[in-house]
Amino acid sequence: MASPAPKSPEQSEKSRKYDRQLRLWNDHGQALLESAHICLINANALGTEIMKSLVLPGIGAFTIIDGHKVKDEDIGSNFFLDSDSLGKSRAQVTTQLLLEMNSDVRGDFIDEGPEQILNNSPDFFNNFSLVIACAMPEKSLVVLSRKLWELDIPLIACRTIGFVGHIRVQVKEHTVVETHPDNEKSDLRLDKPFEALKKHFDAIDLESMDLKDHSHTPYVIILYKYLEKWRSTYGGDMPKTYAEKEEFRQMLRAGIRKDEENVPLSEENFEEAIKAVNTCLSPTIVPSGVKEILNDNNCVNLNSKSTSFWIIAKAIRDFVENEGDGLLPQKGSLPDMVADTEKFVSLQQVYHKQAGLDVEAVWRRTLQLLRQLGKPSDSIPEKDVKLYCRHASELCVQRGTCIADEYDPKLLNVNEIVESLENPESFMVHYVMLRGVDKFIDEYNTYPGEFDDHVEPDIVKLKACISKLLGEWGCGPVVKDDYVHEFCRYGGAELHSVSATVGGLAAQEAVKFITHQYKPVNNTFIFDAVSCTGNTFFL
Amino acid sequence: MDEENLHRKLSSLRKILERSGPFCRPDFEPSPESLKFLMQNCKILVVGAGGLGCECLKNLALMGFRQMEVIDMDVIDLSNLNRQFLFRHKDIGKSKAVTAAKFINDRIPGCNVTPHFCRIQDKEPEFYKQFHIILCGLDSIIARRWINSMLTSLLVYNDDQLDVSSVIPLIDGGTEGFKGNLRVILPGLTPCIECSLDLYPPQITYPLCTIANTPRLPEHCIEYVKVVQWPRENPFDCCIDGDDPQHITWIYEKSNDRALHFGIRGLTYRLVQGVIKNIIPAVASTNAIIASMCCTEVFKVATSCSASLNNYMVFSNTDGIYTFSYEAEKNENCLSCSHSIKEVPLKSLDVKLKEFIDILKYDNAFQLKNPSITAKISGKNKTLYVENIASLEEQTRQNLSKSLFELGISNQTDLIVADSTAPSTFTFKVKVSD
Repeated sequence: MASPAPKSPEQSEKSRKYDRQLRLWNDHGQALLESAHICLINANALGTEIMKSLVLPGIGAFTIIDGHKVKDEDIGSNFFLDSDSLGKSRAQVTTQLLLEMNSDVRGDFIDEGPEQILNNSPDFFNNFSLVIACAMPEKSLVVLSRKLWELDIPLIACRTIGFVGHIRVQVKEHTVVETHPDNEKSDLRLDKPFEALKKHFDAIDLESMDLKDHSHTPYVIILYKYLEKWRSTYGGDMPKTYAEKEEFRQMLRAGIRKDEENVPLSEENFEEAIKAVNTCLSPTIVPSGVKEILNDNNCVNLNSKSTSFWIIAKAIRDFVENEGDGLLPQKGSLPDMVADTEKFVSLQQVYHKQAGLDVEAVWRRTLQLLRQLGKPSDSIPEKDVKLYCRHASELCVQRGTCIADEYDPKLLNVNEIVESLENPESFMVHYVMLRGVDKFIDEYNTYPGEFDDHVEPDIVKLKACISKLLGEWGCGPVVKDDYVHEFCRYGGAELHSVSATVGGLAAQEAVKFITHQYKPVNNTFIFDAVSCTGNTFFL
Repeated sequence: MDEENLHRKLSSLRKILERSGPFCRPDFEPSPESLKFLMQNCKILVVGAGGLGCECLKNLALMGFRQMEVIDMDVIDLSNLNRQFLFRHKDIGKSKAVTAAKFINDRIPGCNVTPHFCRIQDKEPEFYKQFHIILCGLDSIIARRWINSMLTSLLVYNDDQLDVSSVIPLIDGGTEGFKGNLRVILPGLTPCIECSLDLYPPQITYPLCTIANTPRLPEHCIEYVKVVQWPRENPFDCCIDGDDPQHITWIYEKSNDRALHFGIRGLTYRLVQGVIKNIIPAVASTNAIIASMCCTEVFKVATSCSASLNNYMVFSNTDGIYTFSYEAEKNENCLSCSHSIKEVPLKSLDVKLKEFIDILKYDNAFQLKNPSITAKISGKNKTLYVENIASLEEQTRQNLSKSLFELGISNQTDLIVADSTAPSTFTFKVKVSD
């Protein structure tokens, strides 16, 4: 066989420590995480819970911006403060206690509010990989979101009040190669076999096999052979309708070998073939989502600022139009199936070899594009092209909107709000309430219901804020009073366990942005801790 | 002064517990008593001090709970540190329960977490009886089923009427990678773990003939080394220890040889470890999410301040954020929580004891792990088979090939079955259809 057995890799301490997560995003995901520098604005319970789920898996560094002094209320809800913290800088104490969890992570803090920093040092945010803002008042959030939109740095804004949580992600464009779909589709090409595959299939004759070989032939080969039979009777198309597929299954059933008494023997590979009829007989095509990406303006018209994602996308596009003959590069993997080793491995080899050839072709095209763009040829390594080809059918591009636009009635996606509000089960009503609370804070400088003796009058005031808001949006009075009461009951309370839930959710979205793996939420998630579920909206 | 500080520290919880709201449960009465109850009387048991357990202790402490106990038989390993945030490098090798309890008690004044460094099976029913609510954060299905059955065995029935005061709510969370689930169980009242065993995916097993004769995957090569080569060559004169790098290295090298021999690709050291130790991927964020949801439910059950999850929630974070809750249904013939006699339907008494045991093991309705069986025949107990005690196994093995009839069992005979999934025995009746 090819290369001699490598000696057992001595596992580093780091890879042993992070083993359980490396199985989710691999070493290259971890490397991205370790080179990330994240900024947290406001280290309240929510903020530190987010940072906890980022410090533990080993982000490179973080900076906390927080001008608050620690109050009793903070100590009561925030795990990263202790009883000695009262009166100290919240940024300082939380930074220390977060860092104590993981010596691989660097962290620092600035004992000032974001407003001062936005005013005094406008370039401050330029070098962060991602910014997370917790419980930020409307006015400064709008300024921050414009700034980061301009800088093209992802922003995650979140907050919790009582039993309600809100996560809003802002990113201009986010690209993902490894989306890790739950059900990965195999790339078997039964309808359009490439040359080597056709040769492999053609060299096999099921009829002349002895029983042992017959029952150890991979179902992929069986399907192909019976497709040929099907075509000789019905012409070029594969079975499409339910009736056709059922008939095809009958053909397969009839192909199972029988004993002397004409009773069908047990041939597991044929059973697998019959089961696979539903999934394996769809035509090989470029999925519509990927087609959209290949036709995207960013793909068709590369420029000097184009990212690797789009350069490789263009190489793939060129491949599809030329060598690929209308198809994406071959994935090169084969799902497990009943077969003997030789038949399985040799078939796997055929797919694998083709995948290697396709990667080579795409790699050549990538180099060509790099030359045309005047970029160094080593700016995209071959292994990236290989990974890209392997996942070409699962690519994902997300485009978002700027948070500041939500605060401009002309730019806000009012339709989404109105339509969602019509559904009584929708948590859009929480979003409207939170926006009402924003307005209330802007006007009165406290949370509605913050003080025990003000709950009743605040209900009236919050109701007015919401009517005003809905008026600005051009919606009718569609929010039940019950919700206004409930939010005044909360009085801006931050419940630790609710913040811990939203913190975990927001941290995971941050990991997705940094590693460029798995699909982030786009763009608003409202969590309702009463029912323990949430909704996603696009605003 | 201290009083005032404390009062302010708890201001968020006080707002929720001392004010009424339109969505509260009807039995909720806003008053300072709720918080007092949480802080002084309410006893919570956290089962497991791992990824979920660490999070749960912290969450409960910051939700006002002060009287907590935690039970875990494990010690801390380096690979825990990416998520079990109460543990540090210096703690490796120490008890998880003891270390976690100390950390919480040190960080949060007034918190009283009592650790138990032992197996859940080491504790008597009296121990479990003392808690108001039990919160389970385990990675083992058997342990979950055991706790569940312990709680159903504590139920008291008066004339077939459930005594509601004997119900101890069970909140159960589980995670795997970016996925998780959570359920709220009121034993005897709502569906329990055993009611819906089919929710757990069957464990992947590779048939011996595949791994020996027709290996195709790197996993097949690793399994072969594990079940055939290791016992044959016995390289270190002991069983496989997944935490011993020498052992893993030996298996890696042998399975790599085998993979090369067959032309099988994709064998890595990480995969070898994963297969040998049956590793489940885990990350801090998912544990934080599921554990905190569990604790919000504990808080709701303990105070009635809001409706509870009804009663099952699944979560996934791979494509956006997905949550889905539904009402799982009670199984009227549930092995654990139904107050009825469990029957094992059989075609005839010619069934061999071995076949009967396989029904108890592999039928979806039972899914027992290592049942030991005693029959009640004319008022006397007759031991038919004991699996987990070697000497008894040897004595009773011959019965496996005998039919139930030969063993003296008739229709409606009571069979007493012990199994590692439950703390006490089950009584089954054989029911022959005719």
